[in-house]
Amino acid sequence: MRVKEVLGRGDYALIGELIPQGARVLDLGCGDGALLAWLKENKQVTGRGVERQRSLVQDAVARGVTVYQGDIEAGLTDYPDKAFDYVVLSQTLQETRNPQLVLDQMLRVGQHAIVAFPNFGHWRVRFAHLTSGRAPRTPLFPYNWYESPNIHFLTVQDFEEFVQQQHWKIERRMFLAGDRRIQNLPNLLAEIAVYLFRRG
Amino acid sequence: MIAEVQTVHVAELPLDCGATLRDVTVAWEGYGTLNAERTNAILVLHAFTGDAHAAGIDHEGKPGWWANMIGPGKAFDTDRYFVFCANVLGGCRGTTGPSSINPETGQRYALSFPVITIRDMVRLQKALVDHLGIPKLLAVAGGSMGGMQALEWAVSYPDLVEACLPIATTARHSAQQIAFNETGRQAIVADPDFNNGDFYDGNPPARGLAVARMVGHITYMSDESMREKFGRRLRNREAFSYGFDIDFEVESYLRYRGSQFVGRFDANSYLYITKAMDYFDLTNDAPSLAAALEHTQSRFLVISFTSDWLYPSYQSEEIVRALRSRNHDVTYCELSSSYGHDAFLVDVGEQTRIVSGFLARVAREAGIDCGKGAPA
Repeated sequence: MRVKEVLGRGDYALIGELIPQGARVLDLGCGDGALLAWLKENKQVTGRGVERQRSLVQDAVARGVTVYQGDIEAGLTDYPDKAFDYVVLSQTLQETRNPQLVLDQMLRVGQHAIVAFPNFGHWRVRFAHLTSGRAPRTPLFPYNWYESPNIHFLTVQDFEEFVQQQHWKIERRMFLAGDRRIQNLPNLLAEIAVYLFRRG
Repeated sequence: MIAEVQTVHVAELPLDCGATLRDVTVAWEGYGTLNAERTNAILVLHAFTGDAHAAGIDHEGKPGWWANMIGPGKAFDTDRYFVFCANVLGGCRGTTGPSSINPETGQRYALSFPVITIRDMVRLQKALVDHLGIPKLLAVAGGSMGGMQALEWAVSYPDLVEACLPIATTARHSAQQIAFNETGRQAIVADPDFNNGDFYDGNPPARGLAVARMVGHITYMSDESMREKFGRRLRNREAFSYGFDIDFEVESYLRYRGSQFVGRFDANSYLYITKAMDYFDLTNDAPSLAAALEHTQSRFLVISFTSDWLYPSYQSEEIVRALRSRNHDVTYCELSSSYGHDAFLVDVGEQTRIVSGFLARVAREAGIDCGKGAPA
């Protein structure tokens, strides 16, 4: 599930807000290339995408997006250092086998990283877990445990601490619940967290 | 549309082997219309046994080898682009090759024809492009050996190609690919009618050439496509013959393909062109594939097919990785098909969608006037 599916077109404005005119952008898990096409059209970026799913790759190529069919983890290592200004990972971090490696590679090939992920610390998740005694299922985490693509569950708090340990620098943080921006108690109230960060 | 073969003559063509060919003829066909700036030209490059007749139908009503991909509204849309294709150097379909007359002796070249390379083929195509007054190609595209030529274009003329589409191909022939080619060559050479290549006044080495073609055909299909097409079905019989006549459909098919081929292909061209493929390796003159592709300014669309075991996806991925390591603009798709290597010729649904989307994007970014039908 990508940010735009949560927000409709709201995330275009959001990520558009973070990415300046004419930037070089790599979108990991770019899906059908909608975000890159939008950025190209509205921000004149030079865009590249990586997507594993064959049919989505074809959709992206058909709309004129440059995309590589393959795994995020394997694909990232090919790019030279600092080939991009921004590397975007939207709603996929929790699905990667080795998130630490992916994040590290993102900051190797890009000056800045933008990561959006669903917040496992949201009160509805906590409540579902507490009351049902089962792997929580919420609108944000709708899957049964045996069919979920999510293999790493992280919260806003987890991500903040991890970035601190790595001595990376958070440049912007934005939290969303539905279409609303959240200012207070993000670890409890945010459904989606969006971070812009770079190496320290 | 009826396609007309045209010819262009080139006075001198220097070759990689050091020799120079004189009075070289190139046979080519074109479809669609060149725009005023001559910037909407797409050079389509044929595979091993193909020819200049890529699209439309010829005077005998025969469709071009990529007629399903080239034409109005098709992947290579002739309402928007001028698409052209030339028979390769060393071929036997109108362009100078070993069966041509050597102007210096008045005799056919046969094995006195110099050994050629993929780069020599491309050098001759460049002469055609110059003759047509095309300053820069919108795209070069081809499958299999056509893909090798497309890659060679991007390397040899790094700033003359807006887009490069290598399909079901490789940047270097592998041991397995060389092995199959050598098997075909040995079948030809072992035929008593081969006569050291000097067979034009007698019988051609038909049995050897047919066997070579049979081997080739096996490599173009997949286990799955052969199972679907033939299975173990018997040919016009209810029981085994308990002999060496044709029992199985697949035997009949291969023999038919083999004998068909003899009528339209020159055995010496078979030797020369397969050798050119075997020599092909973009790293012949570069320390690495990435270094070979360093200076190209082309955008790439690399396509492979899941069931292609002759030019497997790993070879396309090798090209893609090298391009990515230099941060070139490269799109890669592995398409799902059961047709094996033949997929690039027959499985055109998904190819059409991605090729047309890619070309439209390149034309838009390069600011090229594609006339009517051009999307905004």
